[in-house]
Amino acid sequence: MSSASNPYDRHPFFEQLGQLWRNKTAILGLFIITGFILVAILAPVLSPHDPVATSLYDQLKPPVWHETGTWNHILGTDELGRDTLSRIIYGARVSLTVAIVSVGIAFTLGTLLGCISGYYKGIVDSLIMRVMDMILAFPYLLLAIVVVAYLGPSLQNAMMAIGITYVPRFARIVRGSVLEECEKDYVMAARAVGARDMRIIFINILPNCLGPLIVQTTLSMASAILDAAALSFLGLGAQPPTPEWGGMIARSRALILRASWVMTFPGIAILLAVLGFNLLGDGLRDALDPRLRD
Amino acid sequence: MLAYIIRRLMIMVPTLLGVTVIVFLMLHATPGDPAELLLGERATEKALHEVREHLGLNEPLHVQYGLFLRRLMKGDLGETIWTRQKVWTEVKQRFPATIELALVALFISCFAGMILGIISATKQYSVFDYVSMLGALAGVSMPIFWLGLVFMLIFSLNLGWLPLSGRLSIDVDLDIITNFYILDAILTRNWPAFKDAVWHIIMPAVTLSTIPTAIVARMTRSAMLDVLRQDYIKTAKAKGLSRLKVIFKHALRNAMIPVVTTIGLQFGVLLGGAILTETIFAWPGVGKWMYDAVMQRDYMVIQGGTLFIAALFVIINLCVDVLYAVINPRISVQ
Repeated sequence: MSSASNPYDRHPFFEQLGQLWRNKTAILGLFIITGFILVAILAPVLSPHDPVATSLYDQLKPPVWHETGTWNHILGTDELGRDTLSRIIYGARVSLTVAIVSVGIAFTLGTLLGCISGYYKGIVDSLIMRVMDMILAFPYLLLAIVVVAYLGPSLQNAMMAIGITYVPRFARIVRGSVLEECEKDYVMAARAVGARDMRIIFINILPNCLGPLIVQTTLSMASAILDAAALSFLGLGAQPPTPEWGGMIARSRALILRASWVMTFPGIAILLAVLGFNLLGDGLRDALDPRLRD
Repeated sequence: MLAYIIRRLMIMVPTLLGVTVIVFLMLHATPGDPAELLLGERATEKALHEVREHLGLNEPLHVQYGLFLRRLMKGDLGETIWTRQKVWTEVKQRFPATIELALVALFISCFAGMILGIISATKQYSVFDYVSMLGALAGVSMPIFWLGLVFMLIFSLNLGWLPLSGRLSIDVDLDIITNFYILDAILTRNWPAFKDAVWHIIMPAVTLSTIPTAIVARMTRSAMLDVLRQDYIKTAKAKGLSRLKVIFKHALRNAMIPVVTTIGLQFGVLLGGAILTETIFAWPGVGKWMYDAVMQRDYMVIQGGTLFIAALFVIINLCVDVLYAVINPRISVQ
């Protein structure tokens, strides 16, 4: 009986995924993200040099199209003679890790809190949502900066701080969907056959809230990469000599006139990676949840 | 209406209290000795003891929070660790610079964002629409700290059109009244200083406005598209009203409601982004001050600055909500 009436067999989710293929911007986004992930995985194969190996002889070499550039360092080198291209390639690993870990934290905590809030309602709900409001009372980036300032600057702490600040977005979406779903007959039916709360929440209700959750995850990955780069730029994220895009920009500030290329390429890398996730997120939003379109 | 404002004010109180709890816990509940955190590792035992006494660090946590809140009520945010100034005095001194920058950035993003959005919506699927929406998407994805540096490189270092950093050139005199330099220059009719202040604010403000401009443009476009499809627009067109009149008088008015909310939400982005922008352009506001404090581990400044910015943000959000209810009376009835 339960398998025949299982609501997500007929859920339009998979039909909507089909729509995504017709969305050109989303496909472009998917293309960029796939490239980004491949670069991250294949970093040791792709990068021509060791990203942290310094070389006094190769300091501040310009990129290849410059008069004095060489094919040995296609995008030039930084003040310690490290190859910019290799550092950008390895930087993809750092940014991808940040996106996955921090959004993973936010997703797990947010979904859990949202479920509890929406399902049990009442005092628990008010309590959780007030805490979420408190987190949202801090402007973006500020809370993350302050948390890292107290915990000490490191990539782990930056990821954790970003994760915490993103929890409310997920909690709110899940709570709203769960509240809506709880009113439906299938939840009552599941209760009537004696399903435990945990089963109802995670097996019956949650799959029906997946659409907006996927959209939020994708868009959050975009902002997590951006925020982590900003934290590293401020010296609060990845520490030297980690090849991290934001950190690379920070250290190239002093060289802005002498060697502008050191600063230029990591910025383009950040922009592209973030753009990829934003494009895909936008496309997913149009495909999965037209109501949410901004 | 009044009932709505009062209700919103009541909701604001627990949020503000929550902000104080979070800020309090950050210093007092993180692992390690708060006194040592405040004074640094090389502090003498006597100094540590004094700080513990002064902040009541030997008391239980809830008593400490009570003390913290009581000092806060009196407007006492403590003293900075390095300069021994009142934190509140320093905040007051710096925040006009931040507000000035944020307001100019907000103005740019409203103006540019709405114009881009309106043209894109009225010329949907045109080249202009595609280019500006792709631009908006790039804007949303922009690392502004990088964009700021690129602007510096191009407009200041290479072309020499705009000053590199700061609020005012050293050789320009300005009598400070409000600490809003542009306003002060107008009040004192000091036009050279006015020009100099405006020239200084262009680059940081444009940098800071990048993300909000993009968001407002996207929002305006989709809101306009929604409205333009409706029947009353067809009626207005059928009546033979001019195109501009239909767009600005009939469509824009209803499209504005979601746009205003979006604009209100951008304050958070502006206040957070101010830390990055002010750091790059050496803009002497609260953001740069906070950044310096983080670098010097001045936790009293971090604490005070965080409280101030968060409280400001909560109050601005309240004002936006009230403003929104004024524009859209349906809200306050609910």
